[in-house]
Amino acid sequence: MPVKKFIVGSFYDEQVLFPAVKAVRKSGYKIHDVYTPFPIHGLDTAMGLRDTSLHTAGFIYGITGTTTAFSFITWAFTTDWPLNIGGKPFFALPAWIPIMFELTVLFAAVGMVLTFCYLCQLAPFVKKDHFNLRSTDDTFVMAIEANSKTNVEEAIQFLQSVGAQDVVVTEKETGWWIGRYDQKKQLATNQPHIA
Amino acid sequence: MAIRDQFVIPKRYNTFSLLLMGVGIVSVLILLFTHGLSADEHDRARFWASLLQNSVYFLLVVNSAMFFICATTLAWGGWQMSFRRVTEAISTCVPVIGLISLVVLLAIVFGGDHTIYHWTDAHHVAEDEVLSAKSGFLNKPFFAIWTIITIVGWWLLGRKMRHLSREIDNQPLSVAEGKRYIFKNTVWAAIYSVLFALTVLSSIPWFWLMSIDAHWYSTMYSWYTFASSFVAGIALITLFVVYLKNNGYLEYTSREHLHDLGKFMFAFSIFWTYLWYSQFMLIWYANIPEETVYFQPRMKGVYRGIFLLNLVINFLAPLFILMKRGSKRNYGTITMMAVLIIFGHWLDFYQMVFPGISPEHVPFMLVDMGIGLGFVGVIMFVTARSLAKHPLIARNHPFLKESIIHHT
Repeated sequence: MPVKKFIVGSFYDEQVLFPAVKAVRKSGYKIHDVYTPFPIHGLDTAMGLRDTSLHTAGFIYGITGTTTAFSFITWAFTTDWPLNIGGKPFFALPAWIPIMFELTVLFAAVGMVLTFCYLCQLAPFVKKDHFNLRSTDDTFVMAIEANSKTNVEEAIQFLQSVGAQDVVVTEKETGWWIGRYDQKKQLATNQPHIA
Repeated sequence: MAIRDQFVIPKRYNTFSLLLMGVGIVSVLILLFTHGLSADEHDRARFWASLLQNSVYFLLVVNSAMFFICATTLAWGGWQMSFRRVTEAISTCVPVIGLISLVVLLAIVFGGDHTIYHWTDAHHVAEDEVLSAKSGFLNKPFFAIWTIITIVGWWLLGRKMRHLSREIDNQPLSVAEGKRYIFKNTVWAAIYSVLFALTVLSSIPWFWLMSIDAHWYSTMYSWYTFASSFVAGIALITLFVVYLKNNGYLEYTSREHLHDLGKFMFAFSIFWTYLWYSQFMLIWYANIPEETVYFQPRMKGVYRGIFLLNLVINFLAPLFILMKRGSKRNYGTITMMAVLIIFGHWLDFYQMVFPGISPEHVPFMLVDMGIGLGFVGVIMFVTARSLAKHPLIARNHPFLKESIIHHT
């Protein structure tokens, strides 16, 4: 997985974070992600994230479940092994609706969980890196992705000007990372920037 | 802040609502002269059945606006506060349409004809084992008294809720007062909900609608009727909210609130389908003649078209159109769906009432819809009058801020 350079700013207040996100976007820096201890309403809109396509995937999984149940029961009860149940017609649609519903829910739920894990790059044995451990506690962390043309000094100063309490430049391997934490390859030590 | 919180009725709106009421009156008169004054009992029944279907449907729809207020009050919901006055205004239609319904219902029960309610015929009941066993419940005095108590109760408790909402308009509350105020609201909303449970959720649909097929019964019926009228009520609230937004009122109501109303419409359409299916499936599975008799004219007979259209409009359309987030936040789509749902459940009530009276052929005429439009006119007229009377924002309500910053 590619190694990228990030400029990581930490914020201690939600009220500072919102205008900061807007200012960073406006000035043209690319926000890699914002990590918060709890979900913040409206942050996705402020970050300009597009709507997730998870629901579309869920809809497709659901339709697949309905079709699977419907076609299988139809085949089983009309072609493969027709049974006379209480004199009902072999093609007894009302009786199948609960099964069709259940399979819709099952396919949609399982499919969406797996898709969600894939999108978040979560799987057994996959380890996740973090920019700042305190983002699980009380700190809001914004990571800006830097490329070869980014003026790092300027970006650091800009982050500080919009209210970041401390700014760190770090290099990280992005994407999937399989291994053990104790065998983790140190790509670069965090370089605390002293202003 | 300059807020337009006083609704002024536009002239065109007024003309339009009067026009719709005119259409309604003309339709009633046409139906009266073609059927209502006929010598044939079945023709007369057809006239009264149309009035019954329309008045009961629209009464339950406007009444569900008050139930919406009480349910959200009991749940300590705050998001609806920015348009709560709209629902209150819709609920002021209850006494007006309630009076019309009362006249229609009592005229049917005491009118001397027995085609709509067979159980009003004493000779018939005496010979009929099923009906005489049910006569402890299905009898004229009980019907009349309970109907009057119900409508008066809805009206008085609804009025109490509206008064509670208005009494703090000029009197900002301290925190302690606010807590007491919320508690008082909760108590009255709970009392209303109990009455609602005893009426709409149980006895009233049995009396008004299910007793048309007096031999048949279904325990799902009242919930089914409630779901039908509640989803139409939410659609009605949505229409008024969209109308006021388009005219520059309700500054505090935003797309977020519209989104939640859309969710309600979506969820209760599914809930309606769930009850529809639960009622149908058990009867279909057991296949007992006493029970399947209800679905015979509807599913296998001449009402098959309406029966299936009902499912398409009230289940498939909301399911596929309202499922997307974008369509719930779009004023155009949500308006279209609200109109479709109100029409769809009107059709639902049509197939609840008419197959019991005329199982052999569908007596549908455009004047049936004309009468429906008349009731829409009444709702528009009364709601606008009461919207214009009071400020559109309950400005001192403790939950108002929660509604302003509401975010789905």
